[in-house]
Amino acid sequence: MSQDTATEREPETEPSAPGVIPSGEPAGVRNPIGRWFRDPWRKPHILATVTWVYLAWSILPVAIAIALSFNAGRSNAVWQGFSLQWWFGHPSIAPEGSLFVSPELHAALIQSLRLSFLTMILAVPLGVAFAIGIDRWHGRPPGGANFLMLFSFVMPEIIIGISMFMVFTFLLKFIQLGTTAQILALVTYQASYPVIIVRARLLSIGREYEEAAMDLGASPTRAVWRVLIPLLYPAILASFVLVFADTIDDFITVRYLSGGESTEPLSVKIYNFTRGTPTPAVNAAATFMLISTTVIALLGFWLYRRITRGQKVEGVADMLG
Amino acid sequence: MSGRRFKRVSSKTAETRKEARARKRAQRGGAWYPRWYWPSFAAPGTLWMLVLFLLPFYVVVSIAFGTVDPIFQSPLPVYEPWWWTSKYLTEEWHLVTGEFVPVEVRTLVYVVIASAICLVIAYAVAYYVARYGGKRKGLFLGLLVAPFFISYLMRMLSWVELLQPAGYVNKLLQFLHLTPHPINWLAGVPFTVVMGLVYGYIPYMILPLFGFLDRVDSSLLEAGRDLGASPMRTFLRVTLPLSKPAILASLVIVTLPMFGDYYTNNLLSGSPKTLMFGNLLDNAMESTGQGPQAAVLVLFLTFFLLIPMLYYMRETARAAGER
Repeated sequence: MSQDTATEREPETEPSAPGVIPSGEPAGVRNPIGRWFRDPWRKPHILATVTWVYLAWSILPVAIAIALSFNAGRSNAVWQGFSLQWWFGHPSIAPEGSLFVSPELHAALIQSLRLSFLTMILAVPLGVAFAIGIDRWHGRPPGGANFLMLFSFVMPEIIIGISMFMVFTFLLKFIQLGTTAQILALVTYQASYPVIIVRARLLSIGREYEEAAMDLGASPTRAVWRVLIPLLYPAILASFVLVFADTIDDFITVRYLSGGESTEPLSVKIYNFTRGTPTPAVNAAATFMLISTTVIALLGFWLYRRITRGQKVEGVADMLG
Repeated sequence: MSGRRFKRVSSKTAETRKEARARKRAQRGGAWYPRWYWPSFAAPGTLWMLVLFLLPFYVVVSIAFGTVDPIFQSPLPVYEPWWWTSKYLTEEWHLVTGEFVPVEVRTLVYVVIASAICLVIAYAVAYYVARYGGKRKGLFLGLLVAPFFISYLMRMLSWVELLQPAGYVNKLLQFLHLTPHPINWLAGVPFTVVMGLVYGYIPYMILPLFGFLDRVDSSLLEAGRDLGASPMRTFLRVTLPLSKPAILASLVIVTLPMFGDYYTNNLLSGSPKTLMFGNLLDNAMESTGQGPQAAVLVLFLTFFLLIPMLYYMRETARAAGER
């Protein structure tokens, strides 16, 4: 890899021959060091190729899977013509049905949206308040609380799923496996996203704005609501989008905690079907999840642009923390 | 929400209030808040994590050190540490040091190979986008973030469909006359599983690496060049050492979930030939009466991953403190 980089950053010896590697040139090259200073950033062809191949490799399979959800045949391997039957139904595909018609998939779709919205609504305020509190409260206890929160972030999800299953089966038995247990577990796993994003933003904001507000006579609560929270809007929006996207895709925790078939969301259905013999309806389900995530992301981005209108617009990476 | 202490202060006249606040600020080095003020923000989250993160983990420990119901054969968690028994722990220890060793070695090999491939590709891509992205940086970034919005399942599903015997990969290979018969990539081929791991986790590596490389001060590199180092040497002596913490952190981000991964393997292979440690956990969860086994394996996995997890947490805390 470093070999590539090294060759990439050699200056072009001749403008007319961009592919020529200077080290392979005969001694005819006059003063190559001098050329470095004049043209230190030559075109990095190998790195560019790696990047584009990577991008194609990462996007193309998904594009094919999306296309196959509109397949006219039963195959999920080859294209057999265009049809919307796996989305909206058709008399010829009775047993498994299509996404919006099959009672099973339809119920799973509703469950997916229910879990994602409720988790989003619970996890983001919880995490944002926690992040503000931890950031401003000094001493030992906040360190411990933050440690717990970060620990839940780095734990492999299967560990969270198993421990949640065990706590609801053996100790907190009054919480039945099902939607409630799923949401409690999802919030636990997702709350760390807003915490990390908001804390990063808090560090760049500093405390001056609030102090100015309080100097001008605002109470602490008013300073938080009217000054700090608006400054945090981009981070809060990013948290909403990320938590939604991650929750609707989640199947590890949710699968262990679904009491029965009726509380399995789309993600779990997709997992189960993919292990068996998936029909294009599964592709339609996955595509639906992608569409809903995209809608939420676009909504978040639109709100972000509205809120930050007139402010210095920051990059996506900054928004993601 | 303003507390009694604050109200008392605010009820005074403007002068005294200002004076009092200035004095308090001078003492505490900042704006004055009631003592309970910031803790009350953190309290709900803290309570939540105590009840729904720490407590569940304690239940796992109690089951691992617990007993079994003599009649129903279901696990009986023992919550008092002084009644703990190590029956399951020793049983599982024998399995982990005996029967499960091939699975553990395989997991380690897969994870090491997959994360090494991830690192090579991710570093090249992140480096290119950060240094040469130019006007297209926004587009690149959008494409690099896209996998975060596409569900992991969908990304695996698309490979399942491409790699099946009638799928497009085999069609392409046959078209190119590279193979006479379709290859069944999904029947326990280690290559498929490792590729699936790389495909699944590489986005999580590219983004932090990009975030770091984008911030590298290019004047440092120019200084290296000005002082006569070749581009290769500049890269090896400046860029690479600078990015060591970012490389380590992104490796940890990628390897931690890989060690708990069972789904990639289940979807792309499902064969005992490619069984990983995560599968042991999942299998124990799916078969009834194996609760204690799952609990003990969770403890082993947590213990094994403790050092990378703590390393990552320390780095995050340090990054937060330094800025």
